[in-house]
Amino acid sequence: MLYQFADVFAFLILSAAGLAIVFGMMGVINMAHGEFIMCGAYVTVGLVHAGFPLPLAQLCGTLAAGIIGVIVEMAIVRKFYTRPLDSLLATWGLSLVVTQGMLILVGSSVAGIGTPPGSFAVGDYTFSVYRLVLFAGALAALGFVYIIFMRTKFGVHARATMQNAKMARALGVPVGRVYALSFGIGAGLAGLCGALYAPTMTLIPTMGATFIVESFVTVVVGGSNVLLGTAPAGILLAAVRTTLNAWHGQIIGQIGMLIAVILIIRILPEGISGFLTRKQR
Amino acid sequence: MKLRTRLSIIAGALSVTAALTAPTFAADPIKIGLLEDISGDLAVLGKPKLNGSLLAVEEINKAGGIMGRQIELIHLDPQGDNARYQEFARRLTSKDKVDVLIGGITSASREAIRPIMNRTTIPYIYTNQYEGGVCDAGMISNGAVPEQQFSTMIPYMMEKFGKKVYVIAADYNFGQISAEWNRMIVKEQGGTVVGEEFIPLGVSQFAQTIQNIQKAKPDWILTINVGAAQDSFFEQAAAAKLNLPMGSSIKIMLGFEHKRFAPPALNRMQAVANWFEEIDTPEAEDFKKRWHAKFPNETYINDMGYNAYNAIYQYKMLVEGAKSTKLADLRKVIATGKACINAPEGEICIDPKSQHTSHRMRLIAVDEKHAVKVVKDYGVIQPYWLASIGCDLTKKNDKKQYTPSDLPKK
Repeated sequence: MLYQFADVFAFLILSAAGLAIVFGMMGVINMAHGEFIMCGAYVTVGLVHAGFPLPLAQLCGTLAAGIIGVIVEMAIVRKFYTRPLDSLLATWGLSLVVTQGMLILVGSSVAGIGTPPGSFAVGDYTFSVYRLVLFAGALAALGFVYIIFMRTKFGVHARATMQNAKMARALGVPVGRVYALSFGIGAGLAGLCGALYAPTMTLIPTMGATFIVESFVTVVVGGSNVLLGTAPAGILLAAVRTTLNAWHGQIIGQIGMLIAVILIIRILPEGISGFLTRKQR
Repeated sequence: MKLRTRLSIIAGALSVTAALTAPTFAADPIKIGLLEDISGDLAVLGKPKLNGSLLAVEEINKAGGIMGRQIELIHLDPQGDNARYQEFARRLTSKDKVDVLIGGITSASREAIRPIMNRTTIPYIYTNQYEGGVCDAGMISNGAVPEQQFSTMIPYMMEKFGKKVYVIAADYNFGQISAEWNRMIVKEQGGTVVGEEFIPLGVSQFAQTIQNIQKAKPDWILTINVGAAQDSFFEQAAAAKLNLPMGSSIKIMLGFEHKRFAPPALNRMQAVANWFEEIDTPEAEDFKKRWHAKFPNETYINDMGYNAYNAIYQYKMLVEGAKSTKLADLRKVIATGKACINAPEGEICIDPKSQHTSHRMRLIAVDEKHAVKVVKDYGVIQPYWLASIGCDLTKKNDKKQYTPSDLPKK
């Protein structure tokens, strides 16, 4: 049960961490989030096929997605900060172009690379060790976000920029660079998600779509603060889903999770982090 | 000036009418409408279907066409969206005025366009293996059906591995009805279904499912999960060392999972198929050579692509037999019981009562290195189930889909 919980938690957190920054903090409705995940996965698999060891390939996958994220921010997203609904259209268009482009360029599927071996047994059940790596990856992603945004000068700049860009600029914060880097970190985290899940999944150009519902749901429930929101949202939704999955299978698990989401945003319109921050005051 | 303009309009109108009423020449092309996904979640499967159709059309046109008429193939990509299937089926039948419509991947897409085709007199050919039971005067099915796949494989699996089976199935009509077939056959053979799990399309995480399977302790698993996302099950089950035998009506020959996943994810998978690329008869080798010459980048010639190729030859045979492209005339040829072609698997014939196709079925098994070997050859199996429950399209025009729990009223 704990293992199942960790598994669902890892899936929610990893798919949502990048979006939490891009959508939760920066307010960009990034419909191309799934494509950054796909990018991380494809780079990872491509490098493994080229003979790289898996962890190094995963690192490269993450970095590649991050760098592309910075470029996309500077080329496209930058123009849309004051027009959030247009950013939805622009990123959605980007997502369509990328999926179809990948389909044409690399074909409809790529050979998988296989999950690193290793399993352990508890009673009658056997589990894959790699799933624990995913869980560790989720915790590491949260830790990384915490350190970057709470413990560095860049983090202070970033939070200031998100709250009041004009004031931040007046105080000498390089606003443009902060936006680009934040978006890049968000995209990089999405790439990390793809890189980590690449060995366990079918690789197709539309694979990002399997993550996108979960990621938006987690971020919306979490609210604007990555640490106070996304992590508790992940715990809550994972608990709901795991219990229902075990009780009556995947369909009920999925339905139950989405109902829980509707209830939560009805009761806490600002998400969990909004609720927690208000309580603190 | 005015008079001249009016005259020229009249003249123009006359010449248009003349063009419209001109007799159609024998050299007019035969139009084949094709609906196959080459983007979306099922693009992996749809691309070989398009390629198979293109290959058949090219070969037939080079050899002089159908009754001297060239084939014009009009392909549209519904992108896995059932609403687009309907829109495009309407467009092909009413605007393009195709002579025949071929295609559809999922059973959901087939059921979406069947009512539209039923309002026309244009024949429709469905080219996938499926859950069986469609008794429709306007439809010809050339893929394998449960009496060819499940009635052969399930008894084999129960005899070889044991009587307890766990089912993971995609949650739509194909998965639900296939699971129903499985329940019926397992019961007949004195076994038990120890668990059934229906999975929404698009789900890619299976840790809980794997644990449920281990809890139920089955002897083998029936895997009729569909789509690229759900295929992640194999990788995750292998990583968790589930290592149970698996049986399926759609894996290997259809989704070529053994080529897409790193070994040994598909170890101990068995399937019964009329076609898989590993068949090595001389006819099959010749067919594979022609295919790979035209499409050198094809990973695997799957059974859907193969069926799509045959469909056009079957249509040619019907039209040449009937000397007409009208559905009623084609059905007269089917009613003779001699609507056969020589396909790469051997001779295949359309059954008059159900308008489904006979196939030579083989049981294949995958080993830990993902090599495929033929375990058993069942010979030619007729699609007998629909006739046995009272579907007879030579006597009564029906258009319903029947299942083991939903039989026609006597």
